[in-house]
Amino acid sequence: MSDINLDKLPGGFKGMSEDIGSDQTTFKGVNWGKAMMWIFLLSDTFVFSCFLVAYMKVRASVVEPWPYPSEVFALEVMGVPVPLLLIAIMTFVLITSSGTMALAVKYGYEKNKKMCGWFVLLTAIGGLTFVGMQAFEWSKLIFHDGVRPWGNPFGAEQFGAFFFMITGFHGTHVSIGVIFLFIFARKVFRGDFDTGKRGYFTTMKSDYVSIEILGLYWHFVDLVWVFIFAFFYLW
Amino acid sequence: MTEAKKEQTSTHKIGIYLWIWGLLFVLSFFSYMVDWYNFQGLLRWSLILFFMFLKAGLIMAFFMHLFWERYALVNVLLWPMTAIACFVSLMMAEGKYTVFSRLFYFFVGGA
Repeated sequence: MSDINLDKLPGGFKGMSEDIGSDQTTFKGVNWGKAMMWIFLLSDTFVFSCFLVAYMKVRASVVEPWPYPSEVFALEVMGVPVPLLLIAIMTFVLITSSGTMALAVKYGYEKNKKMCGWFVLLTAIGGLTFVGMQAFEWSKLIFHDGVRPWGNPFGAEQFGAFFFMITGFHGTHVSIGVIFLFIFARKVFRGDFDTGKRGYFTTMKSDYVSIEILGLYWHFVDLVWVFIFAFFYLW
Repeated sequence: MTEAKKEQTSTHKIGIYLWIWGLLFVLSFFSYMVDWYNFQGLLRWSLILFFMFLKAGLIMAFFMHLFWERYALVNVLLWPMTAIACFVSLMMAEGKYTVFSRLFYFFVGGA
């Protein structure tokens, strides 16, 4: 892949038909791991879409009123309920970590070990903060408000099942991402990507493109949150 | 030589990331304001969707670099999502039918 001069290839739809019809690699100049990550993210998109579509369908067809998220997820600050306060902070934390990840990818391209490592580490800490706040949110709903997958005091019974399923699945993605971010921060600082040290699970040489692939996953997690925030919390 | 080429194709100025980052903050703030000011009905839904798609588009185009990718990859990703949009509209119709038949048979009763 390193020998292809992308500038000489035609762009746009003409380039697309030539890429596909070239009887060679379809995704010119795209690392195979990156292409695989995109395919995985596409399948993950379908999984999340199924959850959100199921939620939409049920919410549209229940006869009982759906719990009003603005009130369910309100937090009291000095005795005054502020709607969606925690969710708003979680959103900002996740966007912040997405931004730091974008910078980590940028410094990865430039083979700037120090900056790349620090930004990956910052991203991991942002993700950890997000998971922590989600744990707080869940425990408040479970222990304080008594929300269960089969019922809740606010309205339609299906609310709990969808809430725990959707945010739980997203939270799992974030947690897995955080684990990988910490592992890759260590790899960057150790200089694996500069020396091309071979990985633990693979005989292939390490390369900074891994940071970009990890970045794709992390941005995807942020992307899913954008949809959950809109459809579950704001709608 | 390969090194220089790589730099050329994949490194972008830091400014673009900071701009997108800032825009995402502003858009998130706006979508939170939709709830804060308690807009209701069509206005609420259209604003939520507008900010959502804008945010999603910015993240995919610039943070995930799709804007700079070749069409072969971009199209492989975007067309299946169109299928999801079709699925969503189908299930919307289905949901409306379900709530109609529930209300009809719960309150009007069957034959």
